[in-house]
Amino acid sequence: MSSIKIDHATASVEFNKDEAHVNWHDETLWFVRSKRDKAVFQIPEWEQLREAGSQIKNHVLSNMHDLLLEFEEKATANGITVHWATDAQEHNEIIYSIIKNEGVNRMVKSKSMLTEECHLNDFLKEKGVEVIDSDLGERIVQMRNESPSHIVLPAIHLKRSDVGETFHKHLGTEKGATDPQYLTEAARQHLRDTFLTRKVALTGVNFAIAETGGFVVCTNEGNADMGVHLADVHIACMGFEKIIPKAEHLGVFLRLLARSATGQPITTFSSHFHKPREGQKMHIIIVDNGRTKQLGRPDFRNSLKCIRCAACFNTCPVYRRSGGHSYHTAIAGPIGSILAPNLDMAQNADLPFASTLCGSCSNVCPVKIDIHEQLYKWRQVLVKEGHVPTFKKLGIQSMAGVLSSPSFFRMAGKLGRFLMKNTPFVVNNKLNVWYQQREMPDVPKESFREWYVLRGEKINEEEKKAL
Amino acid sequence: MKVALFIPCYIDQFYPKVAIATLELLEKLGCEVTYPLNQTCCGQPMANSGFEHLSKDCDNNFVDNFRGFDYIVSPSGSCTLHIKEHLHGSDNQASTHIRKHIYELSEFMTDILKVEKLDAKFPHKIGLHQSCHGQRGLKLAQMSELVAEPFSKIERLLKMVEGLSIVALDRKDECCGFGGTFCVTEEAVSVKMGKDRITDHTKHEAEFIVGSDVSCLMHMEGIMKRQGSEIKVKHIAEILNG
Ligand code: SF4
Repeated sequence: MSSIKIDHATASVEFNKDEAHVNWHDETLWFVRSKRDKAVFQIPEWEQLREAGSQIKNHVLSNMHDLLLEFEEKATANGITVHWATDAQEHNEIIYSIIKNEGVNRMVKSKSMLTEECHLNDFLKEKGVEVIDSDLGERIVQMRNESPSHIVLPAIHLKRSDVGETFHKHLGTEKGATDPQYLTEAARQHLRDTFLTRKVALTGVNFAIAETGGFVVCTNEGNADMGVHLADVHIACMGFEKIIPKAEHLGVFLRLLARSATGQPITTFSSHFHKPREGQKMHIIIVDNGRTKQLGRPDFRNSLKCIRCAACFNTCPVYRRSGGHSYHTAIAGPIGSILAPNLDMAQNADLPFASTLCGSCSNVCPVKIDIHEQLYKWRQVLVKEGHVPTFKKLGIQSMAGVLSSPSFFRMAGKLGRFLMKNTPFVVNNKLNVWYQQREMPDVPKESFREWYVLRGEKINEEEKKAL
Repeated sequence: MKVALFIPCYIDQFYPKVAIATLELLEKLGCEVTYPLNQTCCGQPMANSGFEHLSKDCDNNFVDNFRGFDYIVSPSGSCTLHIKEHLHGSDNQASTHIRKHIYELSEFMTDILKVEKLDAKFPHKIGLHQSCHGQRGLKLAQMSELVAEPFSKIERLLKMVEGLSIVALDRKDECCGFGGTFCVTEEAVSVKMGKDRITDHTKHEAEFIVGSDVSCLMHMEGIMKRQGSEIKVKHIAEILNG
């Protein structure tokens, strides 16, 4: 954990310094969770739908190889160029080579968490390619040189005034403006211009269909369509787990996705792409970047069922009060905490511990990933692999000793209570983290065990007397 | 019916009144209750910190203490769940028996003893904090995330108490932020969660925060005391015992 620059707990302390903002963040995301609840409670068969989604994805995980090859074959037949990328580097280089081939140095991109995972923007910037993100939230964080803090609502960590300031600086809006309508209009004009002048457009992929070789991109702003319909080249990037067997399965996933994400019955735009239109080129890049490794971990493989709806973010009481950036990884929240250690255990060892294991995430997950159980299992793995600081280890080892020895346990308890009663300063000080914002419990005169033993003796005496 | 009482360590040390209420309540309901004297802990603090592999001795001690009873009952959903899911002592058969026969107090009362009425009075407005491990882990109550019929074993019991009324909370099953070692390793978020959980109760004018897990109550009590709040915490056993 020592190699992490700012771990989750430390970043959360910072985030919690502005309590009013934390309240706003918490309530806004809770509002999204409530909208999700309203939407799903209108569907009596919701739990069956989740089960269906989960089963289809289980099938996908077990037949990944065949489905991907089927997809490649169909997509190629449709006139799409299919690329395979082992890791982020290869993914980025493929994209750069396509852009270079077109002889351009700029590109418009709609939301793709995969490109965040691969740090595509930074890579292309270094190569002299300008990328403009066309999802409004992503554009805002891009202007601020930040990363998205939420996979569906990328700029949710910002206040309206922050957005006003950013637009003032980058788009020349009036200083101090906070009116959402005014600000979105400014963004709209700016993005229109981008859409009209870019030859290459990149999108993510929500679902790729093995049976047809087509793929579906879901957005609420229509920005993916604006980008690709006006461009000569469409590049679509997908992690290989985005594959589904048949077109009919879309009926399950589109219903699950929008309701879980925002409480909408369906995303505003679900765009189906099957082949390049005349004169257009279409590329699809299928990326591994650690997914094969995760697929090979029996305890963690089903994290790859994720459809990136962010329901687990919105329901997570920790996420709502620590903000997405505290997770220091492209995908934050509960799902990010079980995906990130697969990529780098040392860098992400803090994340599985950033949870109370309340279990709400697993309950909202539309594809039934056992998120909180995987958090628990990652903790076991991280400790065994030596990614937990030694002070914690020493403390736990002595705890293990105390807890397995009844007499030592009693003495430790008794001593603890004695000290707390007679020398409260031993525990009531800054070194005791509990005490910083909480009182210690009152110290009773006897433990339950002591009371129980005494009661037993009294009963014995009474019985003797009665005889 | 031979029942062994499992009292988690922090209840033994800091909240003996909860353990006493549990014992008295079970005796009133006709159980023959024993408290095995050499019990220590369920091992959850270690396991949740990633040290499950060090809990073997602790597990063996648990099995030695709790073998040979019809049921094991505990006033903590969290510790009960941990034993149910993770107890693996060297004696396989005894471990399995324990895992299958350990119950949290309220589910033991509704599912095994089938309690229909209680002789208890508590003329107060209370807010019910459904602790996560009990609720989502042991399924003591329906979870707000699922599209399914609502129920709550604890609420059913509390409704048998004369004079008691339960206030409706805005977020009926939000976590309080205790989370075991989380309460110190993630202090900032833990306390903020606790504060927000308390506000939901004060907003709806609860006089008591009532729960089935002392750990959550201890955490919220600590915050409320620091805030100088008038609201008190109570474990269900203290209320159901009359
Ligand atoms: S893990 Fe489940 S709830 Fe979380 S983003 Fe993925 S699909 Fe949605």
